[in-house]
Amino acid sequence: MLKYVFQELVHRPLGAGCLVLLGLMYACTLFSQFLAPYQPTDQDLEKAYHPPTRIVLKNWRPHIQVYEQVDPASARYKAVEGETVPLRFFAPGEEYRFWGLIPAKMRLFQVQKPHRVYLLGSDSTGRDVFSRLLYGAQVSLSIGFIGICITMTLGFVVGGVAGYFGGRADFLAMRLVEFVIAIPSLYLLIALRGALAEYFEPEQMYVVIVIILSLIGWAGAARIIRGMALSLRQRPFVLAAEVMGQSSWKILVRHFLPNLASYLLVAATLSIPAYILAEAALSFLGLGIQEPGTSWGLMLKQAQELKVFTLNLWWLFTPGAAIFITVITFNVLGDVLRDVVDPRQQMGR
Amino acid sequence: MLSFLIRRIAAAVPLLFGISVLVFLLMAIAPGDFLDVARTQQDIPEEYIERMEEEFALDQPWYARYASWLGNVVQGNFGESWIYRIPVADLLKQRIPATLVLSALSILFALCIAIPLGVLAAIFKDSIFDRLSSMFAYAALSIPEFFLALLAVMFAANTGLFPVGGLTSMDHEFMPFWSRMVDYAHHLVLPTLVLGMGSVASYMRIMRANFLDYIRADFVTTARAKGVGEGRVMFVHVLRNAINPLVSASGFILASLLSGSILVENVMNYPGLGQLIFEALMRQDEFVVVAAVLMGCIMLMLGNLIADLLLAWFDPRIRLDKN
Repeated sequence: MLKYVFQELVHRPLGAGCLVLLGLMYACTLFSQFLAPYQPTDQDLEKAYHPPTRIVLKNWRPHIQVYEQVDPASARYKAVEGETVPLRFFAPGEEYRFWGLIPAKMRLFQVQKPHRVYLLGSDSTGRDVFSRLLYGAQVSLSIGFIGICITMTLGFVVGGVAGYFGGRADFLAMRLVEFVIAIPSLYLLIALRGALAEYFEPEQMYVVIVIILSLIGWAGAARIIRGMALSLRQRPFVLAAEVMGQSSWKILVRHFLPNLASYLLVAATLSIPAYILAEAALSFLGLGIQEPGTSWGLMLKQAQELKVFTLNLWWLFTPGAAIFITVITFNVLGDVLRDVVDPRQQMGR
Repeated sequence: MLSFLIRRIAAAVPLLFGISVLVFLLMAIAPGDFLDVARTQQDIPEEYIERMEEEFALDQPWYARYASWLGNVVQGNFGESWIYRIPVADLLKQRIPATLVLSALSILFALCIAIPLGVLAAIFKDSIFDRLSSMFAYAALSIPEFFLALLAVMFAANTGLFPVGGLTSMDHEFMPFWSRMVDYAHHLVLPTLVLGMGSVASYMRIMRANFLDYIRADFVTTARAKGVGEGRVMFVHVLRNAINPLVSASGFILASLLSGSILVENVMNYPGLGQLIFEALMRQDEFVVVAAVLMGCIMLMLGNLIADLLLAWFDPRIRLDKN
């Protein structure tokens, strides 16, 4: 079943494109420490709001343009004519622990200090936006996956139990679902965060966000899974399993789960964007990931300054573009997946 | 109709009760109590704090506090805000209309754009226009509201065409009535566009899908066979049927608007309920948080109720009183 879905997906240009794009993004995230020229916290107060560095070719080798600050108050920089610094590839940079384990120094590219390469400019304290974008992706891209795993498990257990057993369990579960759905999600997010945050260190905020998002997201999935379980319950193979005396839990896992797998897959793909957006929103409001950590939402929060608006410092908005691209890719992929899994459900296409 | 209304309102009461208990519980779980912030402020007299402690039973466990809060609420007393030093009820009275206007305008804007776009996309299915509009829908659904709001503020700051934030200009108080209205409208343009953008896309997709369903329906073929003109078939026979699901989707869309308004109001400094909730939570103004969250939920429920009533009014096949 999953193999068939995957094959179909790869044969559709849109689906294959999305898969490749997402694969690329996640690969960059995995190797962000190697790809990023600097640590996300590496400041240089002399170079605040530095514009993106121009790359020039000199003797067929890439060099970076050197800039000098013209006016510190309005963060204006001017390229120094003719002065360039060579870009060195696979050069040692600041030390880091690769995947938190292996100490390493090698970075994809570096320049001679005190010069700095800013592919996407620098922020208010001279930190490299490009590096922060890569490190932020670790949070922003992983949170959706972890959240969705917890949510779909919860949704399956609650929805499956409610649909299969019916009766009082069903009644209770569905009232609970209605209750969660009746509260605007961001209200609930913020209230939950207010209650939980005090019990965690700021560095553990990631865990808090995952918990909160999962507590909210399961309701919609549970409702639909319950409906599907209700119809599955009447099917001959389930009745047969019951007659043979299989335990309820086994029936849920062995017979319900495979039949719901395609729905779960589509629903998961289509709800990952919601998690990415919610994390970004929380961090943007200052309620999510805290400094010195970094995530795309937090970076956008720091871009919310009058100076940024009036001086047109567009590179500080790149995290927004990154969120946008990720979310749109997941949305398109989800729609293609749905077409593959259930051709009847197409949006009239 | 009346019995339907009564049933719906009766069903909403336990839900609201549950929500208030939940929010209250969440507030109780967080360390500290309602008065922690007030106690640290030197300009608040001690007698006042003691009186508040007594009034809201702060030295007792949370369920006792909840009971006393509930008793106060039933009498219309939502407590007092530390930030603004006015009763919470007054604060809500200022903020709720602002959010209501913004949400209503956003829905209206979304409908005005989405219905024609969706209809055209369905009629000219698979044309360039259809492709473009579906691309637009993907984009609008995927762009985070707060990012769009940031871009809008940037646009306003750079061009000066629209105000950067707020609901009124500085000299608003001194304007005659009509220029005051114009001033409001001028401030509302960008927030409405930003908040409504996602809804445009959702409405449009629903509209297109339904329209396509009904184009293939038997009664449409019948109408065509009778010799009814194509325009009349599309706009009278198909459109009137296809529009109903939009109404029932409005409840869901209102929920996302209320969530989105927290972000948009914050970025655009719009004095609505969302901004109030966020600000109150950050500064632990807890009476305000509980009351404002509750109000948001009531708004959502009312919105759903109105959507159901509208649907019954549009579609004579739906009988609310039955079953």
